[in-house]
Formats: sequence, structure tokens, C-alpha cells
Amino acid sequence: MAIEFKVNGRDVSVEADADTPLLWALREDLQLTGTKFGCGIAACGACSVHVDGQITRSCSVPISEIAGRSVTTIEGLKGSDGALHTVQRAWIEAQVPQCGYCQSGQIMAAVALIEATGSPSDAQIDEAMTNICRCGTYPRIRKAILAATGQAAAALQGDA
Amino acid sequence: MADNPTPHLDMPIEAAPPKKKKGMVRRAFLVGSALLVGGGVFGVYWSDSSARARAKTLTETGNDRNFLGWMKIAEDDTVTVYSPHIDFGQGSHTALGQMLADELDADWSKVRVEQAPADTAFANTPLGKGFLAEMSGAPGVINALPGALIAMIARSLPLQITGGSSAVRYTGQVGMRTVGAAVRLALIEEAADRLGVPTSELTTADSKVIHAKSGKALRYGELAAGAAERSLSSDPVLKTRDQFTLIGKPVPRLDIPAKVDGSAVYGIDLVLPEMRVATIAAAPVRGGKLLSVDEKPALAVTGLEKVIKLDDAVIVVAKRYWQAQKGLKALSPQFSDGGHGNVSSASIYSAQEALRKAGKPENEGGEGDVDAAFGVAGAKTLTAEYRVPFLHHAMMEPFALTGHYAQGKLTLWGGLQDPLSTRARAAKAAGIAMDDVVFNPMIMGGGFGRRFPDMTEIIDQVALLAKQVPYPVKLIWSREEEVRHGTYRPQSSAQLKATLGQDGRISAWRTDYVQSGDAEGETSFIYAIPATSRRHFSYQSNQMDGPWRSVNSTQIGFCNESFIDELAHSAGEDPYQFRRKHLPAGSRHLKVLDTVAQRAGWGSPLPEGVGRGIAIVESFGTIVAEVIEASVREDGSPKVLKAWAVVDCGTTVNPLNAEAQIAGGLIMGLSSAIGEAITLDKGAVVQSNFNDYNILKLADAPPMIDVHFLESGAKIGGIGEPGVPPASPALANALFAATGKRIRTLPILTQAKA
Ligand code: FES
Ligand code: FES
Repeated sequence: MAIEFKVNGRDVSVEADADTPLLWALREDLQLTGTKFGCGIAACGACSVHVDGQITRSCSVPISEIAGRSVTTIEGLKGSDGALHTVQRAWIEAQVPQCGYCQSGQIMAAVALIEATGSPSDAQIDEAMTNICRCGTYPRIRKAILAATGQAAAALQGDA
Repeated sequence: MADNPTPHLDMPIEAAPPKKKKGMVRRAFLVGSALLVGGGVFGVYWSDSSARARAKTLTETGNDRNFLGWMKIAEDDTVTVYSPHIDFGQGSHTALGQMLADELDADWSKVRVEQAPADTAFANTPLGKGFLAEMSGAPGVINALPGALIAMIARSLPLQITGGSSAVRYTGQVGMRTVGAAVRLALIEEAADRLGVPTSELTTADSKVIHAKSGKALRYGELAAGAAERSLSSDPVLKTRDQFTLIGKPVPRLDIPAKVDGSAVYGIDLVLPEMRVATIAAAPVRGGKLLSVDEKPALAVTGLEKVIKLDDAVIVVAKRYWQAQKGLKALSPQFSDGGHGNVSSASIYSAQEALRKAGKPENEGGEGDVDAAFGVAGAKTLTAEYRVPFLHHAMMEPFALTGHYAQGKLTLWGGLQDPLSTRARAAKAAGIAMDDVVFNPMIMGGGFGRRFPDMTEIIDQVALLAKQVPYPVKLIWSREEEVRHGTYRPQSSAQLKATLGQDGRISAWRTDYVQSGDAEGETSFIYAIPATSRRHFSYQSNQMDGPWRSVNSTQIGFCNESFIDELAHSAGEDPYQFRRKHLPAGSRHLKVLDTVAQRAGWGSPLPEGVGRGIAIVESFGTIVAEVIEASVREDGSPKVLKAWAVVDCGTTVNPLNAEAQIAGGLIMGLSSAIGEAITLDKGAVVQSNFNDYNILKLADAPPMIDVHFLESGAKIGGIGEPGVPPASPALANALFAATGKRIRTLPILTQAKA
């Protein structure tokens, strides 16, 4: 069955079983492999994307629920001129990624948090950033979020 | 760990070996050993012309020039450095590139680091030498072996390749720097001939050879073709620390931009024309076999093409991963338990205890007469038992390996730690020659010790699977498969016993530990104690134990550094001061310990309910001390508030990355101590996914980690692993300080609930 929705501003049509998780439609049918598979049960956040602007763990949403909606993935964060999103730039500046596998999801979660709060407090960061990073990049994730939202002074306190 | 007398390993990074005559210099890379016959590691490697020719054909295109299989210079000045190590996120590629490019005086903006092709022409000889020398303590013998043989031996060891924090320590220090310096000299010689000036009038910078007198300069790209025809020095003078332009500098990692925009392609991301996707269910009890499976329910699933039976697993092949998953779930395979149906975590601990009590150790180490010291009248003796569970690596990218078998040849794509061993294992499984296996290494989403080919059944699975389908096929392990079929950090237990003499010092210490592999020599026992004894009792469960980031140093570090805290409290002394007095004056260890105490404000007042803990562990040639401040929440779970780490790894090649490695290691250590455990019931793993295998999240990680490096200039140590071991004892010691409750069994959360 064909399901139509928008991905990164583009209209797409995916021919797949209705129960196929959005994650696998993105990765296998649309070949947008920046969104990662980590657990498949909404427990790690590696698969995080935005659906109509809301942070969503795409491994646990069937594409039938996505019909007619608008999805943004890590590949869609850049501006139309190809410039990196502020959060992506902050991630490079703070040298956040190690293996990098969780980072698409982390960045999508951070962008959603910043869009919702403007400049998130430490407590808001704690609450929203629940994605797993096995490499332990958490201090730099926090630092990058603070730096991306003009809270550079606070960002300096976390040294690692 | 015995200090290593091999000169090439000891070569301090800041000191260039003195310039010597040709014949003598080779020996700088060798040991002053009578066993030595002809060229050293570079001598052998330099002169292996068939390997060099092969490296050229594998990497040269157009007018690029490859040097010895280590690097290539293109006409446009781009320098490509070939790393024989896999970078699974530890930043070693950038560090290795820095080391070579610094000696080469290359323009860093034009330096790329690539994975060396999985070919013997790129075999990692310095690593083999370095590791063997350190592991075996017999450098004389090692250095007498031809380089190629050493590379082969190294590959047959279970945990050496891109393991043991080895990349920078051996390959970088021995290989990359020398190659960069030697190629630089060849470029200078080529320029001297072209310009008709003596080499002494030439300098290098930014990928150019410069003749200041005439104001002329030649680009490396112009000189490469000629330089590649020249013979290379095996003893180039290396830079001194004050001459470094890249080593020790916080250079941004080369791989990071592709990891923030989704463009980095990991093994699991590979797409090939006509590719199929497969997934697998292996026997739930390790050691069990597949008895029977009715294929029909799976074949009814849309897109499902094939069910393949292996000896101990069933694989389904489909057009898409989701279809394969549905197909697999539709099956009810029957497996045997291999006779391990009675194994549980509790039964393992009881068996270990019984083994220890039977008192026949597999291996013993130590010095002095421990038993005599224990028997001294009036001495105060303490005994404690510690237990730690199996740990899962939980690399974020589950295993994924793609194979394509056609015309008798198998091609593989994926992220595995040792490309050459991967080929060897795949060849064996597929029943073909190693030359008929091609392996394309890809970016890895973490590893932490899980991706060694020796312990990676997915290679066999893909080799067998690929032979049964006519198209490329990518096998993806679900997270459940990954959690339940790990090569875990071994579940182990230990009894520690020590005596405090009249002088308040430890007079004797015995560690009796039970686990699969021997850990003797892996964690240096750093304290000065007159009598020590380490006894290993070997116990093997049905699980496949493997190296887990920092290997045995996690469990041994936890036991030793918790127990010395117990001794300090028993002696009525401050745990930091008590450690201090057992460390030799003027030692690196003491400096590390003092620095961390000072940075953490040891001794300053803390808020009610907050405790401070300290621990120091040396592993992989690096000394790390950590201080943790923590409290306990109402539900009994620990809350880590702040953390400090002080590190002496000799010299940091890239401080920015080194800091991230230490902080990440510290967090992984805390995570394991607080919540991680793989437990067994009826021989099978109980946990299944991240809902029941608890990994620390951002909110529970210390928001602030102060990482500080002491640039002692000692032999370079690792940075990927040594941040892990002190974290769990420092936390347990902090919780003791906060609550008076001693934690001797991990993880802490299970204890809190029990
Ligand atoms: S893969 Fe979706 S949350 Fe882990
Ligand atoms: S960077 Fe490796 S899991 Fe986050």
C-alpha cells in the first residue's frame, strides 16, 4: 500500500506494509540513513526525527500514522543554501561526537528542545535529552546546547 | 606491569633519538639484542618490495604517489594517511594523522586519514611488536622476528588489534612519526636536486619545500613523483616537543562534520543494488543448537524470501528489515540448551566461591610472604568479598555485516576491529581461500571491545548466508540479539584480605579472584606493600567472555580501590592520605593523586548527605585518579553530582579528544557501576534491550567533569580505556562516605532495591 507524506519538505510516496515503522521507511525506502536504528522499542532515541515539529522516535511509529504529515530528518536540518543548522554548528564547535552513531538523534532532540523552550535551563535539558549515548558525550551535548542558545558562560562551566 | 626495556617503545615523544651513523641507527629501533639478525621493524618493512608494490596498486590513481603503504601524496598536495587501525569513535585516525603530518610538515587542511585497505600490504607491524613486547615481557625474542611474522602473530592474539589503547602508543609513535619524517627528507632531497642547492639550505612548512635564499618554493605535490623513487631513511631525526606544530594541539577531529549532518555511512547503512536484508535468532542458551523450525509461517510474510538454518541459529532473508523481523517473529524455532539449562548468575557465583575455597589457583603472582604477615600476632586483618556481573558492550550500532558471494569470491562490508582477521575468519567459514575474501571496513557505531573478529560470530553467519543467496545480503542483529549474545565482561568475584601493621601501614595484601581469563599483570598494583599475593582461579561459564573497555581493569580496579578505602577507614585515616602514604615519594602516581585531590578540593566541607570518593588505577600505561561527589536519592539510587579526573598518559597528542575519551570512559564506568548487569537464568540471558539493560542517561551523568592532564613526558599511554576503571570505586567510596554503607556487589541499583 502506498503512503504519502512529506520528508524534509519533499512529497514522498512509500510502498510498504502499513505497520512498517517510519524508521525503516526512511532508511530503506527513502535511503535517508542518517536516522539510526538503536533499539526498535523507543528506548534509545537514535531514531529521533520531527513529525510536524514534534520530536518522535521513528522506530515506534507505523507509517500508516504518518500519512499526510511532515517529517524532518537530520538530512533536512541544513538550510536551503546548504548551511548547517546552528545546533549542528554548535555540535562541531564543541566536538561532541565520538562514534557519532547516536548523534543524529541527539541533534534532532536538541533542536526540538530549543524550538520549544528558546533557551533551555539545565533542568529542561535533563528532562528532554533522554537519548542514550554509549560513548558518554553527555557533558559536551549539554555544553553545545547551552552554547547554541547563547548561554556560553554557563557552557564554559562544563569542561569536558 | 613490568617496565618495558624496548627502546622503540620507550622513545620519549619530546626527545629525538640522537643522530647516528646509518649502521647504528637501525639499532635504535631494535633492542640491543644478540638475537638480532639484520634489519629492524622498519628495515624489514621498508625492504618488503612486494608489499610496497601491492600497496601502490591498491591506492595510487593518476599521479598520486604512495609511500610504503603508509601515506600518499597527490599532485594537488593532498596527503592521505592510511591508518591500520579502525576508528570506532575514539579519534585515533585524527591523532595518527596529526603525528604523521607534524613530522612531514604538511598543511593540515590538506590531510585526510583513511582506513588502510584490508590487505597484508598494510599489515600493522609496529603494533604487533609493541603489543607483543609489552604482553610477553620478552622483547629480545620479539625483535628478532621478521616484521611480517610479528604482524601475523599479533593477529592471532585475541584482543590486540585496535585494542589496548594501542593506536597512538605504537602505530603513531613508532610508525606514523617515522614515516612522516622519512618522507619529508625524501622531498627535501628531491627539491635540492631540482633547485640545484644543498639540502642544508632547505626548510619545510605547509606542504612546501622552501629555499629562503632564492625565495623559491616547491609544493609537495610537485615533488612527490620524484621523492617516491628515492630510498627512505629508516632513522630520520624526529622533532623535539618544542618543534611540534600539530602534536599536542587541540585539532578538531576530521570525522566530526559527517557525524552531525547524517552523511557518515556506517556498516548498517550500506545499500547495494539488489541487496536483501536478513535477521537472525540464535540459540537463547549459548552452546545450544537448532533442533527444528517450521519455515512456513515466515514464508507467508510479505517480502520474505528465504529461511536459512544454521547449526545454532535461524536466519530469515527478506527485501526489507521490517519484513525480516516479522518473518522471524512468526517462527517458533526449537533450540537445545547445550546442557547449560541449570546455569544462572547465582549458580556462577556459588561455583566461583567453591572454586576459590578449594584453594587451587591456576596462576599466582606477588612478592613477599603474605601468610607470614597474616599470622603476626596483634596485626589487624580485614577480609572482604566483591562481586561484579557480566557487562554488555551496548555499542549503539547493532552488528550489521553485508556479504556478497559470486564466482567463488566473497565480498564483505561492515565495521569490525581487525580487517585481516575478518578475512581469515570469513574464508574459513565459507570454505574458500583468504585471497578470495575482500573486506571493506566501514565506520563503526562504537565497539568497546565487541568487534574483534575472533569473537564475532556474525562473520561466520554472513559467510554461510551469502553462499545461499545470489545477491548481496545485509545481516542485521536486532538489539535483542545483540544484548543476549554478547561477549561480556566476565562475571567475576574476588576475596581480598589485608593486614594493617602496628605502624598503620598495610603489611600484606592478598587478592583471590575468580573469572575466566587470567588478569595477572593487567592492572598494575601500584601501592608499596611488603607482601602481596594475587591468585587467579579460572572459571568458565557457558558464556563467551570478552574484553570490555579497559578489559580486566574494571573489576580489579573496583576491588582494589574499594578495599583500600575499607582499610583506610579501618585504620581511622582519610582515604586520600592513606593512599598517599603507600605511594612512593616522587612517583607519577603520587602526583596524579595529589593533583586530583587538590583540584577537587579534597577535605573541604560538603553539604549534608553528600560524600566524596577517590580512586586511582593504572591501565594501558596511563595513570588516572578520579574523585566523585555523590549523594543518594530517596529511592536509594545514587546521584552523581561532580567528577574530576587527572590523567598521566605521558603526552596527549590531541588534548581536545583525549579529554572526551577520559570523560566518556568515566561516564561508562559510572553507568556500569550504577545500573548495568547481564544476568543468566536457565542458561539464557535475562535482559533483552535498553528497557532492562540500564545505561546512564544525560540527566544522571555528572554535568561537570573536570579532566586534567599531567604532561609528564613518560612513555605514551592509552586514553580510550583508562578513564573507565577508577569511576566505579570512586563512586562506591563516595557513597560510603555519604551513607556509611559499603558497596561490594555491583550494580548499585540492584543492591539498592534488594
Ligand atoms: S531505535 Fe528508536 S528509540 Fe531506539
Ligand atoms: S557518540 Fe557514540 S553513542 Fe553517542
